[in-house]
Amino acid sequence: MLDPVSAKEASARAPLLQAIGITKLYGNFPANDAVSLDLYAGEIHALLGENGAGKSTLVKIIYGLIQPTEGELRWKGERIVLAGPSDARAHGIGMVFQHFSLFDNLTVAENVALGLDGKEGFAAMSARLAQVSRDYGLPLDPKREVWRLSVGERQRIEIVRMLMQNPQLLILDEPTAVLTPQEADQLFVVLERLKIEGRAILYISHKLDEVKRLCDTATILRGGKKVATCNPRAETASSLARMMVGADIGIVKAATTRATTVPRLAVQNLSLSPDDPHGVYLKDITFEVKGGEILGIAGVAGNGQDELFAALSGEQLTSDGAVVIEGAAAGHLSVTARRRLGAAFVPEERLGHGTAPRMKLSENALLTGHAASHMVHYGFVDRPATLATVDRTTTAFDVRKAKRDPEAVSLSGGNLQKFIVGREILREPGVLVVSQPTWGVDAGAAAVIRQALLDLSGRGTAVLVISQDLDELAEIADRIAVMFHGRLSETMSAREATREKLGLLMGGASAAATEPEAAHAIGA
Amino acid sequence: MQLVLEKRAERSAYIAVASPLIAIALTLITMSILFAILGKNPVMALYVYFVEPLTDLFTLQEIVVKATPLVMIAIGLSLCYIANVWNIGAEGQFLFGAVCGSWLAVVTNGTDAGPWVLPAMLVMGAIGGAAYAMIPALCKVRFGASEILVSLMLVYVADLIMDYLVRGPWRDPQGMNFPTTAAFDPVATVPTLVEGSRLHAGAIVALIVVMLAAVMLGRTIKGFEIRVVGAAPRAARFAGFNSKQLVLFTFAVSGALAGLAGIIEVAGPVGLLQPGISPGYGFTAIIVAFLGRLNPVGILVAGLFLALTFIGGEGAQISMKIPLDLTKVFQGILLFYVLACDSLILYRIRFIRTFRAPVQGAA
Repeated sequence: MLDPVSAKEASARAPLLQAIGITKLYGNFPANDAVSLDLYAGEIHALLGENGAGKSTLVKIIYGLIQPTEGELRWKGERIVLAGPSDARAHGIGMVFQHFSLFDNLTVAENVALGLDGKEGFAAMSARLAQVSRDYGLPLDPKREVWRLSVGERQRIEIVRMLMQNPQLLILDEPTAVLTPQEADQLFVVLERLKIEGRAILYISHKLDEVKRLCDTATILRGGKKVATCNPRAETASSLARMMVGADIGIVKAATTRATTVPRLAVQNLSLSPDDPHGVYLKDITFEVKGGEILGIAGVAGNGQDELFAALSGEQLTSDGAVVIEGAAAGHLSVTARRRLGAAFVPEERLGHGTAPRMKLSENALLTGHAASHMVHYGFVDRPATLATVDRTTTAFDVRKAKRDPEAVSLSGGNLQKFIVGREILREPGVLVVSQPTWGVDAGAAAVIRQALLDLSGRGTAVLVISQDLDELAEIADRIAVMFHGRLSETMSAREATREKLGLLMGGASAAATEPEAAHAIGA
Repeated sequence: MQLVLEKRAERSAYIAVASPLIAIALTLITMSILFAILGKNPVMALYVYFVEPLTDLFTLQEIVVKATPLVMIAIGLSLCYIANVWNIGAEGQFLFGAVCGSWLAVVTNGTDAGPWVLPAMLVMGAIGGAAYAMIPALCKVRFGASEILVSLMLVYVADLIMDYLVRGPWRDPQGMNFPTTAAFDPVATVPTLVEGSRLHAGAIVALIVVMLAAVMLGRTIKGFEIRVVGAAPRAARFAGFNSKQLVLFTFAVSGALAGLAGIIEVAGPVGLLQPGISPGYGFTAIIVAFLGRLNPVGILVAGLFLALTFIGGEGAQISMKIPLDLTKVFQGILLFYVLACDSLILYRIRFIRTFRAPVQGAA
């Protein structure tokens, strides 16, 4: 552990790590364009930016995963060239990725051992693991298998594994994306403590309130370039957002004509065992969505949302009465038959699930449109009709693309998501089920998509939104329920769904225990 | 200096066309080296292989005769391969189709059966090939067995079934103990297109198959389904396409086409059932399918090209004493280069000059 006093002195003297004029070219495309960054010991430094702004590229360079095309790194004033992550770790740089690299069938200790250099014995390592996790208030049972753990606990393994190498610079990539608000609070306590110990922390996020609360300095990237380095506490959320996006973000407005009518989507006592041995069992899920309303399903990823989506879309069949679409029992019906009943679906994964990446947009319009949109006559594809769908979607949702009918993979995340959502909305479905509608999408596209969902429900469609983003649900949902371990909580109106209440439900508390305090509604 | 394969943003349409040509050029270079090692004049050998057969009307017709089964089988295989279904046993389906169709020719032999015999034989050949292909397909769908292994091993089973029949129950009583059936009656024989030549109506059938496949793949929802299941299985499931049904469908179609090719070969140029009716058409068709970029028109061209290597190989054996097995070597090298060049459609090669600063201050 570092000595806090000397560390502070060091920070007063010179930056721990300097990135100078970092440029990374992919082909001719600059993912990073002359970005410079100074990280000081005893400081939490935020790296802010939208998806595609170049945050990941920059940290991968700092962690030695990729080599910059131009520019250099200085560690304590001396120029370094990192050949790989092990090189970075040898210098004292540690990183926790957004996607964990853990083996589900191994225990916590075994996973940690795999990530270390293996010079100490397994027993000694296990003891040190228990010690470090106790010291930092990150409780872990070294003997437990990873697949039994929650996402928050898995993240703890990654953090403890990193701390066992005693790094001076810690890089965390969107660590709270998978946590409940309460788990995030616990993480912040740990980070504050690491900062006081004199370590430097590079904290990647696009959540502005978190950055304002936690970070001492913020560097903002946009389109691969550095826009500014500032003190986030001196900025407002909207001034930070403006720097990130480069323009004001449209505010989503609720549609005016919203008549809540009959239930158009109903799920009754849905229980399902997963195909995948590590999948989640759905247990006795019951809810309904009326025409004209948006039901939000919150929850930490991996609590059965994927399984629920598959059961609703028909990719996974259920007992017949468990899923009812427009009054018709649909549990045994295929995806195509459900679409013919007027349902539409938008999965979480854009490439490979929502679209075939290497196929043209017109073919991807046919992918879901062949069921019910007059694109097929006597088995023959009406190509002008598929192209017309592309054109209509492009106009209605402002899909930016290089040519009229490119391959899906060539679109940016936001534009492809607008296409996928638009493709379904233009069919004017009676029921729309959408999973993570704005995941990894730039703020402008996210606003367009949320507005479109609101407008659609205003026209009488029943909309079900599965999302990890509580702010998003607060913005558009009328009612909210929480998924935990394959069960769904009671639904509550968005007004009574406070951040605290949702957070406790996301962590597995029962609804009754969460009643008392309702401090501030998340919509406020 | 570093050699890097870099992913292209979009697949290169230009390379997609050029890749088979590059592969052929590389194959010719490699073959030249092989010829030189064997002590033959490479230029002369390549001339005998690839040019001489094109200068003679008889060999030109022979090329078409050889290309007919190759193209028909390869079209069926291409449907499988596009859908990511790996039917390697077209040779077996070819033989089994030939056996099924021949049964009718054998039992009607010497009777005064009418002109219905040949059409019925063709139908039985196709059904036989499809039924034989259903074995690996059902094993895959039902039990998750590898269709590659099952279909490949069934080739040898079909070969032995045919062997048994022509040496046992179906042997021509007047055949002086040769393992063949009696020569088929005229009503059980595919008519020739030109009097006195071996060019037969099967070539027309192959052309029709090419056109139907082009329309199906390019214009119909079934063709779209085949392409999506192969390119993005999860998206296909989301689209409502059933990949298990598609395994059965593509195996059935490719088996039927291989079986049809088998009975046409037997009832056409060969004229009776005997061992050795196929010089490995079912395997060479795999190369045809890939060389033709799994595209029906491409397969037509590739089928003619590989037929040329069969004919040219025979010519080289006669006039230059080059072993016939070298034709198989040639076909193998060609497939190798085709698959290698295909990666250039999605990737580009870049030479990168790296400047590495001396490492300072490494801990």
